[in-house]
Amino acid sequence: MMLGATIIVFREVLEAALIIGIAAAAARGSRGRGRWLAGGAIIGLLAATIVAALAGELTNLAGGNGQELLNAAILAVAVLMLAWHNIWMSRHARQLARDTRRLGEAVAEGHRDLSALATVVALAVMREGSETVLFLYGLLAGGDGTTAPVATGATLGLALGALVGIGLYAGLLRIPPRLFFSATSGLILLLAAAMASQCARILIQADWLPSLASPLWDTSRLLADDSALGRLLHALVGYDASPAGMQVIFYSTALVAIAAGMRLARVPARNT
Amino acid sequence: MNQFACCLTIIVMLPALTPTALADEPDARLTIRNHSFEPNELHVPAGRKIRLLVTNLDASAEEFDSHELNREKVIPGGGSASLYIGPLAPGRYPFIGEFHESSARGIVVAE
Repeated sequence: MMLGATIIVFREVLEAALIIGIAAAAARGSRGRGRWLAGGAIIGLLAATIVAALAGELTNLAGGNGQELLNAAILAVAVLMLAWHNIWMSRHARQLARDTRRLGEAVAEGHRDLSALATVVALAVMREGSETVLFLYGLLAGGDGTTAPVATGATLGLALGALVGIGLYAGLLRIPPRLFFSATSGLILLLAAAMASQCARILIQADWLPSLASPLWDTSRLLADDSALGRLLHALVGYDASPAGMQVIFYSTALVAIAAGMRLARVPARNT
Repeated sequence: MNQFACCLTIIVMLPALTPTALADEPDARLTIRNHSFEPNELHVPAGRKIRLLVTNLDASAEEFDSHELNREKVIPGGGSASLYIGPLAPGRYPFIGEFHESSARGIVVAE
């Protein structure tokens, strides 16, 4: 029972923890970073509890596809926020580092960027957290688990997940300054594409989008989705052993569109 | 914020724009009872999209989860939910109830 709770909580926490780790690294140097991101996580946790409490009602919305609707909307908003962050950073990173005269403006703009990252954190915690809450509530309310081992197991799972997130964050901070921006914006670009692909999967599950090919390919023999590496890559870069054709279209469209936006937004070096 | 509002509107409108199969009979049914699936082997036709209705008779929620089918959906306690799978190539596709993985196991057989 305890081990079961640890494994499930770890799995659910992992994805959110990795996203928080990347967001915290990407916001490095912004004033009020800790407050914004912690605030995002707390709001996400509250929202997760509400979503879990309303799971029954939610499922019956939108012709039985309320869950899909909510999750697809969460992912779509997160993709837009990540896209906005990356495009904004491409435009301002160089200026911010150099032009101290416009500090006031930079702080205000920086807050807008922090609010985008905090929203992404809140949405990630909300999505993964609601399933964790449902699972733990079921264990406790079902009488098939006593409180102490479940609580211990869940705490352990949460701690392990957080540790992976902190590890990623610490690893990212060790990247030399010259490469830091490329590394974080590259990770965020892949994260956004991964979320776009998940969004497509959910819309296919609800039959709101055709799958086009199900699957387009199958690499589960090479790297299974439920292996440790498969899960990690799924969360970070959107690895899917057997993606539908539509998922691949969403993934590549997000990737190309955001990369193009970043390129167009870039200010020439001498033009400030 | 306009683009977010716009995007949300599009997503909210999607179900209205596409015909829903709500009133139709599902193509296949699964029941969750005592944290296990009935039947635990579900035969479905290959090469066709299937609407699968999962009914949860337990008080606690379950998560229908299958990497092979590329699907994941919470089934609330005492409720039911449907999802679409396939079109599948002939073969065997295991699924689990993630919240009770030791007992909630089954397989979809497409033929």
